[in-house]
Amino acid sequence: MSILVSKQTNVIVQGITGGEGSFHARQMLEYGTRIVAGVTPGRGGEKFESSVPVFNTVQEAVNKTGANASVIFVPAPFAADAIVEAASCGLELVVCITEGIPTTDMVRVKRFLQGRETRLIGPNCPGVITPGACKLGIMPGFIHKPGRVGVVSRSGTLTYEAVWQLSERGIGQSTCIGIGGDPVIGTTHLDALKLFNNDPDTDAVLMIGEIGGTAEEQAAAYARENMDKPVVAFIAGRTAPAGRRMGHAGAIISGGVGTAQSKIDFLRHAGVTVAESPAEIGQVLATVL
Amino acid sequence: MKIHEYQAKQILKSFGVPVPKGEPCSTAEQAAELGAKLLETGKPLVVKAQIHAGGRGKGGGIKLVKTAQEAVAATRQLLGSKLVTPQTGPEGRLVSRILVEQGVDIQKELYAGITFDRATITDVFMVSTEGGVEIEQVAAEDPEKIHKEYIDPLFGMSPYQARSLAYSLNLAPEVTKEAVKVFLSLYAAYRAREASLAEINPLVVTAEGAVLALDAKMNFDDNALFRQKEVAAMRDPAEEDPLEREANEFGLNYIKLNGNVGCMVNGAGLAMATMDIIKQAGGEPANFLDVGGGANVETVGNGFRIICKDPNVGAVLINIFGGIVRCDRVALGVVEALGNLQLDMPVIVRLQGTNAEQGKQIIEKAELSGFHWADTLKDAAQKAVQAASAGTPGGER
Repeated sequence: MSILVSKQTNVIVQGITGGEGSFHARQMLEYGTRIVAGVTPGRGGEKFESSVPVFNTVQEAVNKTGANASVIFVPAPFAADAIVEAASCGLELVVCITEGIPTTDMVRVKRFLQGRETRLIGPNCPGVITPGACKLGIMPGFIHKPGRVGVVSRSGTLTYEAVWQLSERGIGQSTCIGIGGDPVIGTTHLDALKLFNNDPDTDAVLMIGEIGGTAEEQAAAYARENMDKPVVAFIAGRTAPAGRRMGHAGAIISGGVGTAQSKIDFLRHAGVTVAESPAEIGQVLATVL
Repeated sequence: MKIHEYQAKQILKSFGVPVPKGEPCSTAEQAAELGAKLLETGKPLVVKAQIHAGGRGKGGGIKLVKTAQEAVAATRQLLGSKLVTPQTGPEGRLVSRILVEQGVDIQKELYAGITFDRATITDVFMVSTEGGVEIEQVAAEDPEKIHKEYIDPLFGMSPYQARSLAYSLNLAPEVTKEAVKVFLSLYAAYRAREASLAEINPLVVTAEGAVLALDAKMNFDDNALFRQKEVAAMRDPAEEDPLEREANEFGLNYIKLNGNVGCMVNGAGLAMATMDIIKQAGGEPANFLDVGGGANVETVGNGFRIICKDPNVGAVLINIFGGIVRCDRVALGVVEALGNLQLDMPVIVRLQGTNAEQGKQIIEKAELSGFHWADTLKDAAQKAVQAASAGTPGGER
């Protein structure tokens, strides 16, 4: 087992005819993900890769294919609309890859999702993968290995680095979730820890955080009270200067809050094992298994 | 994105926040003309340097003058000078514009500021009786002197919240009414322009009982600029680091730092982690550079050029983990860039992930000198730090 996605997940790709959307739809198909439909307004009736039907609306795609998840590649100005469209069709899981969505739009999306069944992952994230079963995102599939360690991260490539270190040591992953680097995201570190804690097939969790906000601290506080499974963490950005936005919209230290050191201190105090170096994430995780 | 004080005041004024009479000037002649006009009311003038950094008063960038001649002298002194404040760093910032404003008889200095609170997904509006000092200092020393209201961004600010903020300041009844109006207007400007910060410090009560924004600072959500055309037009490229500006034009995310190991990395998190491991290997990163999801021959080449324009750089570490970015595309960029630039410095390359093998082959076939392979992150960092400290800083020949 795993969380969020499995071999039973039937996926819609929103923005399937775009450059990134089509490239990654192909990659996901190759990985074995069950992509049952694509959605691009105005392109309904076409076939993607001569097999995946394209629809004008998500509702039509759901009605015709019974899809229960979606992955979004539409450009930032239209991405909030795409999330809301997917959620209003009752999809269980929506993964938004798009980077650069205005914060105001995400505030509205968060409100729209309140009280609905839909779980949003992202935006500005690499997506979710259950190794060997389903890839819903842009991560390179081959670096993953089926197993029993859950991974949750605000980063993209840093997560690949960490996963690679795990796989090279023979440590497989139950599910890897990239929650995204924006200030307002659908699923937080805390949400992910809860999901992994309730998953009988996850033995330990790797949490990768970075400067800015207090999401890692909230997750660690939960872990201390509620988790028997070991949690290992790495926090990026020890060398980041204060007040500058380090690539991710959410990666900024303001007013002394959100520094790497303050996060690391808090996490250690909460019983989380923190890797000092990004090169030692796999090694440190191996010590808690 | 940041804007100047005079621009923030233009926005606030258009939303009904009272500001002192004044105009921006970029020549002494303009300042003389405007100064003479403003002096007709009999009040002194304030000449304020316009740079994107705080602490201008401490740095001598704000001058009180009584005559048009003094205004001209102050303008001449500031324009073209490098103003050093506690926030600019020792190199200071070039002043190319000043704001000439009518002086105000200050009865009270207050603070008003709004920013987004990630934890609650609300806007937090803060006021304090301790105006004119940094709010971070007040928060650390006298947190009880800051009154906060959390505002639902979708519902907007309710008048009771503005009243509650105003009452906390213990103002005279007539002044309280004015403050309520100012707070509602400030919030309206912040929300409508999709600001990430709107701050008036100090917000003053004048001797006449008026409430006025004596200073103003606004920052904006970069992601919303595509639909905030008026705000986007206020961008001042002269305020940006020249290398950061050039990188920005190439669509690269670059931040200049002070070390000697240049880095080119894909992904913000990995870029930060690469900086961290350089430090752990005993070196200092020269920059943060995320080549992003669309890396190709052009962007990688541009990234290289920008890194190597920094005279401190003694070696470059390329750390690419292929996901969206395919390593073979990165390799093509590296080969072409080095061919064009004739770099005279060691380059440590580590490619991992999508098409990493093809990437390695492309680089090996090119037989570039000064190249060092690294398989792991640690190995890469150690080699880069070693090379940077061994080699003399260089750049384009």
